[in-house]
Amino acid sequence: MTLLSCRGLRKEFGGHVVLDRLDFDVAEHEVVALIGASGSGKSTLLRCVNLLEEIDDGTIHLDGEHITDPRVNPDKVRQRIGIVFQAYNLFPHMTVLENIVLAPTRVHKVPRATAVATAREWLARVGLADKAGEYPDRLSGGQQQRVAIVRALVNSPRLLLLDEVTSALDPELVGEVLSMIRDLKSEGVTMVLATHEMGFARQVADRVCFLDGGRVLEQGPPETVFAEPAEPRTRQFLSRIIEAGRL
Amino acid sequence: MTLSPAQQDRLAYRRRQTLLSVLVAALSTLVLGVLLVVAVTGAPGWARVRESFLDASVARESLPDVLRGLWLNIRLLFFCAIGALALGLVVALLRTLRGPVFFPVRLLATGYTYTFRGLPLIIVLYVMTLGVPGLRLQGMPSTLVLGGIALVITYSGYLAEVFRAGIESVHPSQLAAARSLGLTYRQTMRHVVLPQAVRRVAPPLLNDTVALQKDVGLVSLAGPIDAVRAAQIHTAETFNYTPYIVAGVLFVLLAIPLIAITDWVTLRAARRQS
Ligand SMILES: Nc1ncnc2c1ncn2[C@@H]1O[C@H](COP(=O)(O)OP(=O)(O)OP(=O)(O)O)[C@@H](O)[C@H]1O
Ligand SMILES: [Mg+2]
Repeated sequence: MTLLSCRGLRKEFGGHVVLDRLDFDVAEHEVVALIGASGSGKSTLLRCVNLLEEIDDGTIHLDGEHITDPRVNPDKVRQRIGIVFQAYNLFPHMTVLENIVLAPTRVHKVPRATAVATAREWLARVGLADKAGEYPDRLSGGQQQRVAIVRALVNSPRLLLLDEVTSALDPELVGEVLSMIRDLKSEGVTMVLATHEMGFARQVADRVCFLDGGRVLEQGPPETVFAEPAEPRTRQFLSRIIEAGRL
Repeated sequence: MTLSPAQQDRLAYRRRQTLLSVLVAALSTLVLGVLLVVAVTGAPGWARVRESFLDASVARESLPDVLRGLWLNIRLLFFCAIGALALGLVVALLRTLRGPVFFPVRLLATGYTYTFRGLPLIIVLYVMTLGVPGLRLQGMPSTLVLGGIALVITYSGYLAEVFRAGIESVHPSQLAAARSLGLTYRQTMRHVVLPQAVRRVAPPLLNDTVALQKDVGLVSLAGPIDAVRAAQIHTAETFNYTPYIVAGVLFVLLAIPLIAITDWVTLRAARRQS
C-alpha cells in the first residue's frame, strides 16, 4: 500500500529551483534512502513532506489524504510524521525524559504516567535507561541522536523521516545509531532517510533514490543502483563517493 | 592514597600563595579605610556636615515616617514589577507574530516600545496622574494607582525589548523541532521558546527591576508620600538633611537582596553558557 505519494513537487528559494516536478512514493513498511550531492534537495524534500516548508507546486498525499491542501491543519499532519534532524535539536532546558514525553502529553493527550512508562521502555531498549534524568548537553552525540529518534518514535508516527542522522557523529558512535535504525526496520517502521553513508543505505534500504536536478533521477534496489547505475549522472556521483572512500 | 612529592610541593606552594594574597588584600583595605576616614573627618567643614547630615536624634525622629514611605515604595515595586513583566512579555510576543493578519498588531506593539522607551517617565507620570483624572470619568482610580500604571507602561516598553531579544536568541531549529512533533505555535512558545528565552535574559530583566525600584519613588511628584518625599518633608521642618541619609541607607538595604540575586543569576547564566 502506498503510504506517501508526492506528485510534481516544486520548491524554490528565491528563484533557485531545488525541487523540480519531483515524483516520489513510499510504500508502507518500506525503507527508502535518498542519496545525492550536497545541495540536491534531500533535506528540502523531507522538510516539505513534514510541511515545515511550503511547496510551490504539486501535491503530497499521506495515507491517501491530501496534506498539502491549504485547509488541512499542518499540526495534525505533523503528529503523524516523525522527523529527526542531523543536529538532533533536543530541547536543552528539558531532561531527556521531558524531551520525550512533551509531545505525547501535550499533543496526543496521553496521561503522564503512561507517557513516562513508554519513554522509559524506549530508553531501556536503546541502552539509555540511566540517562532519563540527564540534560542533553551531558550526553554524547550518539546518545543525543538516539534520544531524538526515540522522541519522534514515541508518537507512533506513520512515517519516520531521518535527515543525515549520523553525519555529525564520530565513526564509533555511528554504529549505535545505525543498529537502532536496523531494529526499527525489522519492526516494520516506514522510513525515509537522507544519507551520505552509502554502506548504510545499501544495508538498510529497500530502495535507493538518487536525487539530481530537482528530481529522482534514478531509483531501485541498492544492489542494482550501486552495482550497475543506468544514468551517467548516477555513475559520476557514485564514482566521486568511491574516491572519497565512503562506499 | 599518597601524593607524589611534586604534587605535595605544588599544594604547599598554592597554600602559601593564597595566604599571602589574603594578607595583602586585608592590609590594603585597612590602609585605604584609614586614609578615607582621616581625609573626611579631617576636612575643615566636617563638623558642620556631620551636624546636618548625620544627626542621630533627627534620624530617630524621621525614621517612622521614612519607613512608612518606604512601605509605599515596596508595595509599588511589587505590583509594578509584576505588571511591567507581564505586559512586557505580552508586547514582546505580539511583536514576534508572523503573517500579514497580524500586521496591525505587530505595528501597534512596535510603536508601543518605540514610544515608551523614548518618552521620559516623568512626562508619562504627569499625563497619567494629572491629565487623566481631568477626564472626570466614573470610577477613576486613585493617583497612586494611576502613577503605578505610568510606571508599568514605561517599564514594559523596556522589558518587552529584553524579552524579544531573548525570544529571537532561540535558534529556529528549536522551533522546527517542536513544530515537527506536532506542537502548535502556542505550545511551542510556551514549552520550548519562552523557557529558554527567559533563562537567557533573566540578568537584564532583574537589572531593570533594580532600576524600577529607584524610579517608583517618582510617584510622589503627584502627591503620594514615598520614602524620599517623607525625608524631604522632615528636612524642610528641621533644616537638617539626615532624613535623606536615612532614606538612602534604607534604599540600599532594600536593593541588596535584589542585586545579589541578579549577580547570582548572571553568574549562573554565564556558567551555563560555557
Ligand atoms: N531556507 C532556505 N533558504 C534559501 N535556500 C535554501 C533554504 N534551504 C535550502 N536552501 C537551498 O536549497 C538547496 C538544497 O538544500 P538541501 O538542504 O535540501 O540540500 P541537501 O541535499 O540536503 O544537501 P546536504 O547533503 O548538504 O544536506 C541548497 O542549494 C540550499 O542552499
Ligand atoms: Mg541536508
